[in-house]
This record gives sequence, structure tokens and C-alpha cells, in this order.
Amino acid sequence: MKPRHKRIALIAGGLAAIGVASAFVLNALDSNIALYVTPSEVAAGKSPQGKAFRIGGMVREGSIKRDNLTVHFVITDTVKDIPVAYTGILPDLFKEGKGAVVQGRLASDGGFTATEVLAKHDENYMPPEAQHAVEQAQKAQRTLKP
Amino acid sequence: MSNRLINWFKFASPQSFYPLAGRMIPWFWALTAVFGAIGLWISFFVAPTDAVQGEGYRIIFIHVPASWMSMFIYLVMAAWAGLGLALNTRLSGMMAQALAPTGALMAFISLWTGAFWGKPMWGTWWVWDARLTSELILFFLYIGFIALQAAIDDPRRADKAGAVMALVGVVNVPIIYFSVKWWNTLHQGASVSMTKSPSMAQTMLWGMLVMALCFWMYSIAVALMRVRAIILERETHTEWVRELPEVKE
Repeated sequence: MKPRHKRIALIAGGLAAIGVASAFVLNALDSNIALYVTPSEVAAGKSPQGKAFRIGGMVREGSIKRDNLTVHFVITDTVKDIPVAYTGILPDLFKEGKGAVVQGRLASDGGFTATEVLAKHDENYMPPEAQHAVEQAQKAQRTLKP
Repeated sequence: MSNRLINWFKFASPQSFYPLAGRMIPWFWALTAVFGAIGLWISFFVAPTDAVQGEGYRIIFIHVPASWMSMFIYLVMAAWAGLGLALNTRLSGMMAQALAPTGALMAFISLWTGAFWGKPMWGTWWVWDARLTSELILFFLYIGFIALQAAIDDPRRADKAGAVMALVGVVNVPIIYFSVKWWNTLHQGASVSMTKSPSMAQTMLWGMLVMALCFWMYSIAVALMRVRAIILERETHTEWVRELPEVKE
């Protein structure tokens, strides 16, 4: 074995070792790296108890209600719903049927009091005409369903 | 060894690479200007307004190419570093050193433009989600690489130390790329990827791709200029550098 080949083997081995070690670390950290939990996880009691955390999901259609400065809405992952109350400024992209991440604490009545609301944008970029076409198509599909 | 192989190795010596790089630089600058002009024209005048985000989405024409480059330059830098460690070639270390500042710049632009977009769209400049955090770590890796190399006086030892660091850090690149798939992040998933058709309007996509080409050409041009300066610096004592017309004057 030439010294050059030895060094190449050493580098390849080192890289593989680092890769495996990182995979283990990331696997162990798994849920702690997540920025938010889903409403289903909250319902299953997997959310942190007694401290602030984030819930991510969709803002349920027709659920936004304004009461003075406080906004009430429902965040859902289509399986479980969590009612949220928030007082403050909402981002522009915060809309019904769109993704959002809320930070705050669970109240004793099962509701969620948010201190921060972030809008989550999806990976779709399209002009307004295309957006309109997509909405029309979805509406047509919904009426087709029994 | 065949003739072709010998020809390639010829350019691994700083002495023959120096004039070759000098001849290539103007071409890459010209391509940067051409792609930049076309890319910016598409980005600002041809690409339609986004249905949800309005005009603010146009920041992706800088943000996405810069993010791609920041990851790709790191891979190239680590490849050069590994090559230098394995084969003990002088030029490899110089190439890695020449790429680092551009990579750091790209990572910085990516973070900065992302924050600018995040404030109006998400409602925050910064969140500690996996994508943003791993990109920040990439920026720190570049800074660390530059600092480590600068801290060691002997260039060959600096190259070796830097190479080890660059290779250890390479594990971060796939983490950045797949972070939006593996974990819940505020950052959206990839609009353009190898596994599915792009989820953006055609003209928007073209603007982004042409801008990415522009960033490529710019990075190559700047890296070549920097590697020429590094060659001159490290080889000052040699006969061929002293014989160069631009040095003689």
C-alpha cells in the first residue's frame, strides 16, 4: 500500500465515521430539532408540559374570529383541532386554509394562548391567474365528491 | 500513464495553472455579466407577481442561488482539501483557500436575504429551525476555516489543518439540504429538486436558474482571481514568479 493510498483510505474512513456518528446524534435529537409539534401530538400528550412551545398546522377555514384586539382561530392537522387565542399583529401571509406556527402555552381548558404567530409559506410560487385556476379546479373536485 | 492524464497533472502545478487561470478569468467575468443581465431582466420585468406573497417573493432570485452556491462551494472546497491531503498537491490547498471567502459571502447573503423575506412573510427575522440553524453553522464553518488557515504561518501546515476541518464540516451540507424533509421547520420545502417537477411558474423558474448560472460564473471568476494572488504570494521566492512580466515591473 502506497502512503498515498493509505491517506485516501484514512480520509474515506474518517468521513464515514463522522457520517455515522452524526446520523446517531441526529437520530437521538430527532424530536428536539423539530420547531413545532402537531395538534395530534398535543392531543396525545406529547407536548412539553408547563412551558411554552410551538404548534404548527393549518388555520381551519372559517375559524378566524376577532374580538376587540384578540384573534381567535383554530389550528388543525385535519385530525385534531386546537383553539388558539392571540393578541397582537398577524403576519401578512396569515390566512384561513394556510399554514401557521403559533408559540405559547396550553391553558387549563385545552385552548392555547399564543404569544407569537408566524405564517408558514409553502413551496409553491405562482402568479394570481394560476392560483385562481387551481382554486377553481379544487372547488370542482370538491363538488364531485359524494 | 496515458498522455491525457499527464496533461491534466500538468495544470496541478501552480506555475502552469497561473497563466491558464489568467486566460480564463475574463471569460468568466463576461459570462457573469451576460447571465446577470438576462437573469435580472427576467426577475424584475418578465416574472409575474406571486399570488400570495406579492412582489416580495422576488428576493428568491438572489436568495436561492446564493444558498445553492453556499452549499456547493463548500463541497468543492472540501473536495479540494481532501485531494490536497491525499495527494499532497500544492495547488489543492490554494484552491480550497481561494474558495472559502466566496462561500462565506454566499452563506451570508443567503441568511441576510432570508431574514429580509422572513420578516414580512413569516412575521419574524429569525427562528431557530433546522434549516436556518444549519445554514448559520455553514457560515461559521467557512469563517472557522478562514480563521484557522490565517492563524498558522506555514502554508503547508495551514492547508492540512484547514483540510481536516473542511472535511469534518462536510457532514453539515446534507443536513442543510434535507433539514426541511427530516424535521418540522418553518422554512418551506424545496421548490426545485431532482426528484419532482418544480412547483413554481415557468418564468419564475427561469429567472432563478439564470441567476444561479450568474452566481456560478461569478464564484469561479473570483476564486480564480484569488487563487492567482495566493500563488504569487506563496511562490514569491521562485524563479518563474520573478520572471513574470507583471512582477518584473
